[in-house]
Amino acid sequence: MSASAVHSLWTTVAAPGAEGGFTAPHIEYAQLSPTLVVVGAAVVGVLLEAFVPRKARYYAQLFLSVVAITAAFAAVVALAAGGYGTTKAQIAAEGAIAVDGPALFLQGTILLASLVAVFTFAERRLDPDAHGNRVDSFAAQAASVPGSESEKAAVKAGFTTTEVFPLMLFAVAGMLVFPAANDLLTLFVALEVFSLPLYLLCAVARRKRLMSQEAAVKYFLLGAFSSAFLLFGIALVYGYAGSVSYARIASVVDGTVKQIDPALADTMGNDALLLIGGAMILMGLLFKVGAVPFHMWTPDVYQGAPTPVTGFMAAATKVAAFGAMLRLLYVVLPGLRWDWRPVMWAIAIVTMLGGAIVAITQTDIKRLLAYSSIAHAGFILAGVIATRPEGISSVLFYLLAYSFVTIGAFAVVTLVRDAGGEATHLSKWAGLGRRSPLVAAVFAVFLLAFAGIPLTSGFAGKFAVFKAAAEGGAGALVVVGVISSAIAAFFYIRVIVLMFFSEPKADGPTVAVPSPLTTAAIGVGVAVTLVLGVAPQYFLDLAGQAGVFVR
Amino acid sequence: MENLIALLVAAPLLGAAVLLCGGRRLDRVGHWIGTALAAASFVLGLVLFGAMLGYDVEARTMRQHLYTWVPVEGFQGDIAFQLDQLSMTFVLLITGVGTLIHLYSIGYMEHDERRRRFFGYLNLFLAAMLLLVVADNYLLLYFGWEGVGLASYLLIGFWQHKPSAATAAKKAFIVNRVGDIGLSIAIMLMFTTFGTFAFGPVLGAAGDATEGKMTAIGLMLLLAACGKSAQVPLQSWLGDAMEGPTPVSALIHAATMVTAGVYLITRSGAIFNAAPDAQTAVVVVGAVTLLFGAIVGCAKDDIKKALAGSTMSQIGYMILAAGLGPIGYAFAIMHLVTHGFFKAGLFLGAGSVMHGMNDEVDMRKYGGLRKYMPVTFVTFGLGYLAIIGFPGLSGFFSKDKIIEAAFASGGTQGWILGTVTLLGAGITAYYMTRVMILTFFGEKRWQPAPDPDKAASVEPGIEVTPGAVSDHAADASGPHPHESPKSMTIPMIVLAFGSVFAGGFFSIGDRFVNWLEPVTQFEHPHPPISVPVITGMTVVVLLAGVAIAYLQYGRGPVPVVAPRGSLLTRAARRDLLQDDFNHVVLVRGGEHLTRSLVYVDHTLVDGVVNGTAASVGGLSGRLRKLQNGYARSYAVSMFGGTAILIAATLLMRAV
Repeated sequence: MSASAVHSLWTTVAAPGAEGGFTAPHIEYAQLSPTLVVVGAAVVGVLLEAFVPRKARYYAQLFLSVVAITAAFAAVVALAAGGYGTTKAQIAAEGAIAVDGPALFLQGTILLASLVAVFTFAERRLDPDAHGNRVDSFAAQAASVPGSESEKAAVKAGFTTTEVFPLMLFAVAGMLVFPAANDLLTLFVALEVFSLPLYLLCAVARRKRLMSQEAAVKYFLLGAFSSAFLLFGIALVYGYAGSVSYARIASVVDGTVKQIDPALADTMGNDALLLIGGAMILMGLLFKVGAVPFHMWTPDVYQGAPTPVTGFMAAATKVAAFGAMLRLLYVVLPGLRWDWRPVMWAIAIVTMLGGAIVAITQTDIKRLLAYSSIAHAGFILAGVIATRPEGISSVLFYLLAYSFVTIGAFAVVTLVRDAGGEATHLSKWAGLGRRSPLVAAVFAVFLLAFAGIPLTSGFAGKFAVFKAAAEGGAGALVVVGVISSAIAAFFYIRVIVLMFFSEPKADGPTVAVPSPLTTAAIGVGVAVTLVLGVAPQYFLDLAGQAGVFVR
Repeated sequence: MENLIALLVAAPLLGAAVLLCGGRRLDRVGHWIGTALAAASFVLGLVLFGAMLGYDVEARTMRQHLYTWVPVEGFQGDIAFQLDQLSMTFVLLITGVGTLIHLYSIGYMEHDERRRRFFGYLNLFLAAMLLLVVADNYLLLYFGWEGVGLASYLLIGFWQHKPSAATAAKKAFIVNRVGDIGLSIAIMLMFTTFGTFAFGPVLGAAGDATEGKMTAIGLMLLLAACGKSAQVPLQSWLGDAMEGPTPVSALIHAATMVTAGVYLITRSGAIFNAAPDAQTAVVVVGAVTLLFGAIVGCAKDDIKKALAGSTMSQIGYMILAAGLGPIGYAFAIMHLVTHGFFKAGLFLGAGSVMHGMNDEVDMRKYGGLRKYMPVTFVTFGLGYLAIIGFPGLSGFFSKDKIIEAAFASGGTQGWILGTVTLLGAGITAYYMTRVMILTFFGEKRWQPAPDPDKAASVEPGIEVTPGAVSDHAADASGPHPHESPKSMTIPMIVLAFGSVFAGGFFSIGDRFVNWLEPVTQFEHPHPPISVPVITGMTVVVLLAGVAIAYLQYGRGPVPVVAPRGSLLTRAARRDLLQDDFNHVVLVRGGEHLTRSLVYVDHTLVDGVVNGTAASVGGLSGRLRKLQNGYARSYAVSMFGGTAILIAATLLMRAV
């Protein structure tokens, strides 16, 4: 008995057959490696902030971010090549994370988009040097009060907010988990992991700081509000099913599991709980994708946030949130299809029309793009509603196409500048095509892709989701979609007309000459847009292969 | 051996590419490159011809599959060639006459700065025309069809600094569009009917489809043929196309391209055989055009336009023969070939005359030229004898056969067609004799040179072009008729040989008919009156035509300014009012249509569109106010949205 004299927690746990015996969770590190790499890099990034001298931080952080995201992408490709997207798709980490085709495809998309976004984050040549120091889009010291002495001192000292890189990596990590989450708690944790850094990132614009901070606060308040709904919905669904696991909930919904947990005897099997809870969870996701009527944060936040952050957010958040929504609707709630489909129909319609209609009267390019992103959320919802495999693959393809167009478009916005920073008012863009034909032409390509003109990725994506929706019996939705596309085309083309057929103004903005970083981001955007538009078949096939969820 | 077919097309295509992309540095040798490649194509054609003669009669068709352009299940767009006896005939005609005309152009275009480009276009034409006749499916044929249209457009408008040439090019292009639409619709109909457009399967299965469909396809093909071959009602462009350089008129607008319609109908014989109504339409078009062209040819004072009317008329003969079915196909092609010789010769002769006459085209200002241009006179005269069907010469054999076949088509139709073709032969003799007398006989009417009334004459005044004989143009004392250089006379002599002997050669032992029979089938015509009687009648009608022309023009002086003439003459001078008709019916009608469409567009469509836009804009403005910037109202919106979401979900379950 001498051994038991040194009684401790460890011995209790280790004791075989003891009361409450504990087996270590089985974690498939290899399958989770993309997320783990990014999380690890984010933690290292925090350490870099603490220990690396100020001058070297920018380069260290940039290097770390690029390497981490590239490595994570390589891991995703390796997993996909290893068959984890198709034949070897599985549920990993004790049921918390799914490793399957959609998850890998979306993770790959998020990582590529993030890589391009890192380039725009790191751009330091757009503004003239302040006190001999290169400046980027972020505040010198985010904590200093705008306009205060401490802010001036920070600018003078040449501080930069290199924390944006680890913040972004944390957000990316959350986004990687979000579409792969296979239980509701993981879903919620992932949501918070990527939302909180985004709130912060929105607040750190170098110019128009008050607007930036206002945007961040709004985003935070409304985000917290929607998170509460989501969490409450999770509680209700748990009450209904007695589990937070997707697979378990699904089997309770379709009636294959009838076992009732005695502790939840009063609530289990109560459909009202399921319906209300499901609707609330959906609402949380619809908030993230910016669907009407949960979209109102979008224009304010897109406008206020630093433009590189807006581009990153608009692209990657949408990919992650739609991924989670697809999994929720296709894996957890397929049994409720007849309940959620009509509601989603309505939301898709108001989202498409609302985004397109309100965009018409916008005068700020960033707000315009925000409403455009709302309309696009509606188009993607049309593909989500298809409830068939083509729906999944079409949405995957659309997200891939859309994210590159978005980042590219916002990157172009950062280039057009006047004395006050970015010249985002549309009137300033008049005649841009005369002065900077290349930049205007590139932006025109992105706008045409947004509008869904053939030979751009926008057309291929829109065609895919509308086709899937039509085959899924949502013909009316497609009609509305095409009408909204026509309305939306109006304001995209209007910008092109403005750029190419209006006389330039005397005091118009100048187009900054970017470093290779932004050039690369825009170049990749144009290349992907054109390749996906001219030869979409390979990627459609890829998305088609990836379009099966594991259960 | 089959692999040479692609080279046949590739040689002139290479020439076109080199000459058009080569730039100025090829200016000095460009014409020789073009001529050499045309000749190379001709030699290849001869080699293939020799090989074909070596094969069994039944196994003479050569095929070459190059690649599949559109490899889709159910839609195979093949780039593949088929060279049978019919195609072979065309290949030899196109490359043979084509090479001669290349040679002729070296002299004719000597002083033109853009001669290299001219030869590039000519080579482009050869390539497209060869593609047209060796294609093994209608789609590829269509490609060649459009290619010759392009080349024709470029060459008619070659002297684009002349507004009349530019207009004529556009006119030819637009009128041809109408016909080309017919061809494309025909191809689409074939595809929906047979699931393919390759010659083999389509023509093989032509009898299996319903007669209605065959008639539709046949009529569309006829429309195409009308456009390309200048048949009524799409004939109006050919006269104006004479604005192009004369070698172009000879090659494209007399010998080869304009006969593509005859090729199309003959090639599609199986379709027409299965659609008697379409065949009747073909015959009617041919008969009407042969008279139409002949009448126009009688009234023109412009030598090239008179010949253009004649071309129209002669192609009318061919179309008519092709419409008669198996008794006529072989004769249509035979007349096509002999016509290719003598009409090309006549045009080259006309070009030679113009070359020596400061580009004067008004025959009333010629006269007595036989003394100054003996070679031109003799070759032109042989071509003249051939085209009027003087016994023993080419035209006699080929036209006589068509007249026999027309009589043999049976019943009332046979009598009508026979009479029309006979009448046509008479008018041909009349207008060609007129051309001959006005140009080469009588007194010279070309001095003194400047004619103050020139602008008032019926024909539009022809400006002096910088092309030919610009060295003479500076000469104010008037034209000095002279014989043309060797490079021009040699092709004329060669063509004259063809004009004289080709018909007889083809007819001995029914050589030509036997040669083509495996492709076109052949039935011996059995006219209701015996063949010698028909031949006799033809000769009588011919002599009558010559005699009338002689009485009218040969006995007294010819006025330099055309007299007012009868109503018919005046109408014929205006191409039987074709342009007036087109203008009133099509142009005015089209203008009215577009005007009313524009009216509807402005009032109705724009009203709806602008109204919608305005209301969307207004809605946008109002919805925008919801975005007031307060986080609390945003939260209310979210809360309300969620409430509705939940309520709707529950409601869906309740329903």
